[in-house]
Amino acid sequence: MTDLRDLYQEVILDHNKSPHNYREMPDATRLALGNNPLCGDKLKLYVRVEGDRIADVAFQGSGCAISKASASLMTDAVKGKSLAEAEELYGKFHDLLTGPPDVKADGAGLGKLAVFSGVREFPVRVKCATLAWHTLESALKNSHEVAKTE
Amino acid sequence: MSAVTKTTPEARVHPYDVEGIRAEFPILSRSVHGKPLVYLDNANTTQKPRAVIDAIRRYYEEENANIHRGTHWLSEKATEAYEGGRAKVARFLGAASPKEIIFTRGTTEAINLVASGFARDFLKAGDEVLITGLEHHSNIVPWQLACERTGAKLVVVPITDEGEVPIDEFERRLTARTKLAAVSHVSNALGTVNPVKAFVALAHARGVPILVDGAQAAPHLPIDVVDLDCDFYAISGHKMYGPTGIGALYGTEEWLEKLPPYQGGGDMISSVTFEKTTYNVLPWKFEAGTANIAGGIGFGVAADWLSGVGLPAVAAHEHDLLVHATRQLSAIRGLTIVGRAKEKAAVISFVLDNVHPHDIGTILDREGIAIRTGHHCAQPVMDRFGLPATARASFGLYNTRAEVDALAAAIEKVREVFG
Repeated sequence: MTDLRDLYQEVILDHNKSPHNYREMPDATRLALGNNPLCGDKLKLYVRVEGDRIADVAFQGSGCAISKASASLMTDAVKGKSLAEAEELYGKFHDLLTGPPDVKADGAGLGKLAVFSGVREFPVRVKCATLAWHTLESALKNSHEVAKTE
Repeated sequence: MSAVTKTTPEARVHPYDVEGIRAEFPILSRSVHGKPLVYLDNANTTQKPRAVIDAIRRYYEEENANIHRGTHWLSEKATEAYEGGRAKVARFLGAASPKEIIFTRGTTEAINLVASGFARDFLKAGDEVLITGLEHHSNIVPWQLACERTGAKLVVVPITDEGEVPIDEFERRLTARTKLAAVSHVSNALGTVNPVKAFVALAHARGVPILVDGAQAAPHLPIDVVDLDCDFYAISGHKMYGPTGIGALYGTEEWLEKLPPYQGGGDMISSVTFEKTTYNVLPWKFEAGTANIAGGIGFGVAADWLSGVGLPAVAAHEHDLLVHATRQLSAIRGLTIVGRAKEKAAVISFVLDNVHPHDIGTILDREGIAIRTGHHCAQPVMDRFGLPATARASFGLYNTRAEVDALAAAIEKVREVFG
């Protein structure tokens, strides 16, 4: 049976307490809002795109530990990456979280993001972990829509 | 239709036998994540006693048929059972007659029924509808829709930091343009018990009809709609130990005659031609299509069962739990209780420093404890307190002091995980 520690791992708790890149970005070129109305997670994502690279990324907002830690780790993972690389990471992360329960979670190529593999056992929390990434997707596609995970 | 007799089922003998009551609820003996279930999400929905479950099963096993339209024995039995359910709900609410009880899908549909009728025939541009800042979305949105359609204005009585609706603030907002007031009896988000009798008196003094959202009151305190003198009272079966998919709108005969039909279809008609259709008498004028027959039957059984336990005894038991829980939770470092009205039902909404309610909910769930986290379908209440969400423990007649202790211990565990 899955343990709570599989969800609230040390890394996640640390990033919740002291999230990386938690600031405003006046020179952002992209902005997107993310919202999980059912649980009260709200996210504002700032991205500065230079050419085809994510030069800087930051976020603000309030939300549960999973959503905050996910946003924090995401900013670390995509900073400096190309748009295509970020897209690929999104796909891998999404698969990690939503893969079938009988297939072992594969964290290869995800670095620190693999720490979210435990979320798969807590289906109610998957939306919290993916909110930041949906919001990033929205920011990069510049769709001006508020990303929602509902 | 015969008048409702005032005799209610015999209330059980004191003292309050919570273990005996628990034994009547099959689900309470189950485990969740290997721990005994501690069900503290009763404001969301309640569990069902065997009597209700058995009545529904028995209906489908022995008496199922469509109602009001058959000439065979089964249809007669089904009709009797369904209308019997209506009479039980009428008795539960203290209504003068079963024809003043409309079966709906729930409180939400009941309120929509009234709002829709008002929008059609009683509201015009410049009129006002008065609600409070405590309301559940189901007692806000139907009125917003009605105002949108008619150009009427929605006026909201602000709430205090304790989560109360001051009587003078309510009175101040009743104007010559107010066409209806809609207020909750008990707040689902904060547990506040509103002084609805006073609100009714004030509204009526100005000729304003008043609808009371009783969804959260029905399971917790005795209701007498004639004594309250309200024009409408809405309740849900599943919030008071009955099945889902069924609720009731009580309306005075006077108002139900005035309101236009809500949904059209079979059963709510008297005669149909393409030139003109005439409508059925009360209550069936407002019940189109095949009803949730099993639901109505189960609802009636739940109403009787609850009366049998005795609402005053339930209120006393739950008040004890509320006092115990408030004391325990107030002692937890960093915990703030939201909603501290002088009169409360057994609902505790709270926040924990540096821990999001969603995380509280997950950790409690692992301990087998079910609470609700989020905005509780009351976003305006959350906004009033500047909160994205709260954690809410809501008690029912089968909860125990030991379960309150388990809740407090589990919250301490949350503190451990998050520091």
